Amino acid sequence: MKTTQILIAGFGGQGILFAGKFLAYKGLLEDLQVSWLPSYGPEMRGGTANCNVILSDDPVGSPIITDPDVLIAMNLPSLQKYVDAVVPGGQIYVDSTLISEKVSRTDVQTYYIPATQMANDAGVPTLANMVMMGHVLKNNPELSFDGTEATVAKLVPPSKAQLVELNMKALQAGKDYQP
Amino acid sequence: MAIVFQKPHALTDAVLHYCPGCPHGIIHRLVAEAIDHLGIEGEAIGVAPVGCAVMAYDYFACDMIEAAHGRAPATATGIKRCRPDNIVFTYQGDGDLASIGMAETVHAAARNENITVIFVNNAIYGMTGGQMAPTSLPGQVTQTSPYGRDVNHCGWPIRVCELLSTLEGPEYVARVAVNNVKNVKAAGKAIQKAFQNQIDKKGFSLIEVVSACPTNWGMTPQKALEWVESDMIPYYPLGVYKDRSAAKEAEAR
Amino acid sequence: MAERVLMKGNEAIAEAAIRAGCRHYFGYPITPQTEVAAYMAKKMPKIGGVFLQAESEIASINMVYGAAAAGMRVMTSSSSPGISLKSEGLSYIAGSDVPAFVVNVQRGGPGLGGIQPSQSDYFQATKGGGHGDYRMIVLAPASVQEMASLTIKGFNLADKYLMTSMILADGTIGQMMEPITFEDAAVETYDKPWALTGTKLQRKHNIVNSLYLKPDELEKKNIERFERYKVVEENEVMYEEYRMEDAEICVVAFGIASRVAKNAVAEARKAGVKVGLIRPITLWPFPKMALRAAAERVKSFVCVELNMGQMIEDVRLATECKRPVSLCNRTGGMIPSPDQVLASIREAQKGVN
Repeated sequence: MKTTQILIAGFGGQGILFAGKFLAYKGLLEDLQVSWLPSYGPEMRGGTANCNVILSDDPVGSPIITDPDVLIAMNLPSLQKYVDAVVPGGQIYVDSTLISEKVSRTDVQTYYIPATQMANDAGVPTLANMVMMGHVLKNNPELSFDGTEATVAKLVPPSKAQLVELNMKALQAGKDYQP
Repeated sequence: MAIVFQKPHALTDAVLHYCPGCPHGIIHRLVAEAIDHLGIEGEAIGVAPVGCAVMAYDYFACDMIEAAHGRAPATATGIKRCRPDNIVFTYQGDGDLASIGMAETVHAAARNENITVIFVNNAIYGMTGGQMAPTSLPGQVTQTSPYGRDVNHCGWPIRVCELLSTLEGPEYVARVAVNNVKNVKAAGKAIQKAFQNQIDKKGFSLIEVVSACPTNWGMTPQKALEWVESDMIPYYPLGVYKDRSAAKEAEAR
Repeated sequence: MAERVLMKGNEAIAEAAIRAGCRHYFGYPITPQTEVAAYMAKKMPKIGGVFLQAESEIASINMVYGAAAAGMRVMTSSSSPGISLKSEGLSYIAGSDVPAFVVNVQRGGPGLGGIQPSQSDYFQATKGGGHGDYRMIVLAPASVQEMASLTIKGFNLADKYLMTSMILADGTIGQMMEPITFEDAAVETYDKPWALTGTKLQRKHNIVNSLYLKPDELEKKNIERFERYKVVEENEVMYEEYRMEDAEICVVAFGIASRVAKNAVAEARKAGVKVGLIRPITLWPFPKMALRAAAERVKSFVCVELNMGQMIEDVRLATECKRPVSLCNRTGGMIPSPDQVLASIREAQKGVN
């Protein structure tokens, strides 16, 4: 049995909840047990946003994550807030375009991805979140890259089908990124 | 032998509890006559208020519901939205409709909810024993304005028809009175029109009936009706305040 | 098997309500339950139903009252401050014996409070809220799947017993997404000869009313109603037991608190602590007998709640104070961590050994 607790955090507007939904749907399509819990309310409009996603072989207990296995930090306050909560041996993903600080912990695996810059370069400036997701998938083989397109298609309303391609572009960029 | 007068079918045989000289009996009768005339008793659902007419559910022979104080237009909305083919009416007093229930009244009117509202304005809270109402006149002595309504202290009376007529929503808003035979006949016609509008799916119709409360006004029934003429009607002028269909027709001509 | 779909708890309630035959929704916006209204606003016009945003919570519950009296499956949803406003209507609905379905996705209180999850309306839901002698069936879902299944159940129970069923959820369960499946909804239908349909001149008029000016009549009515409530208490109690087989400590928690508590129980079991969980699913009727029976076996109880200690009073009553009952709580929108619950379990264990 395996349970992965993923915490995604950043500013409102960075697509934090969308990224979480992506992981949740990915889990759903892979027949995992899943929970997705957003922060909600006025802080979502420009303040900090975070999203708790749990993927598990077993029914999910508490959907609230206190000790994430994986932290995806999209801004500095989020990194500072959650860096110590990550379990030893866990993973931390940092958007290094927006966060210049380094993680001092040595008991975790840290990945620095200039996601915002990469998204801009790829012509999909609003999809830094999905660049990050691409890199998360790369390092978590149990969430294989297969089926990613089907997952994105579930997330995007049929009227905006062109977004599937753009999201895939961002995901691919994240996957291919070599530090 | 020809029948020249009888109790409307839409009234039950229950004995009314109203005080001697109270015009509620007349107004109940006008509503029932309208229901009979239009042949809608089997479809009608009435909403009783909290106030003197609280037991109207015993008097009207159609299906009836007792609403919370002031909420009759909301309760009527719930019924009408479920059963658009039924004829839904509320029967409310001034405290119920224009004080605690003002929000429900204004918004039902604004939505042009297809219901009929009978609004009995006698400028006082009757059931609780004669307190100041939102429609009590300036200077009017009541239990809670024992020195006369001081408008500088507790504000001015609300003219409901004038207020609602500023809204785009309602179909028909009219004020009538029941202080003499002529006015009673006109009131009956207006009430009938308010039901006909609903049948024709025209929308929200409110008939304000300027009435009297001899008991709580401390007057004989005769004197109370005179006071309606001398004091109430000048403050609450009778007439049609809004009639969308008539206005449209006039425009078309 | 039906397809697994990811849904927010609030949306699951709305979809389940539609599947339960609800075609009338009256509400007023408030966080964190807005998705229920949004879902209904989108769906109802397409299926011949009615979604109406009322001018206030007070108006919306009175619209529910009217629609329920007209014999329809009808609902409203709100969050804590809004439920306070609806309490007047809930009392009238109870006094008139019409069925209604009401959702409270709780947030912190009192007053305007906050918007984060809470369970501090337990008293309001289970003990009254509105005036007078009355009860509501109170259902406490702990997952998105249960948001759906208890909604369907709630509509059935409301019709069966002519009373209000309330879903008492919280911001977490309302906002979170989990996979759910909609099996064929077990929708029960009941005749409603009392409903306002118009007499068609075929019968005596129906009156829906809660006014009884003669005290002996009102007393009789209240006693009759409570006889019906007794049947509910006898037949409709729901709860879940987890690892209770050899437990010496019993954690009691509902809703989101039970999810956290379950983690803590699993953790404690790994460390060899004999602890289990009783999760009330119906808060009224409360699973008194299950707790009373547990009190014969376990040595100590721990109540986990998102409030200052409300359900704990019912646990003490149900167990007749035979065993110590301690409280593990957070309030105001805070949620206890599994570690906090674990610490409370260990504290309770000290008393046991």
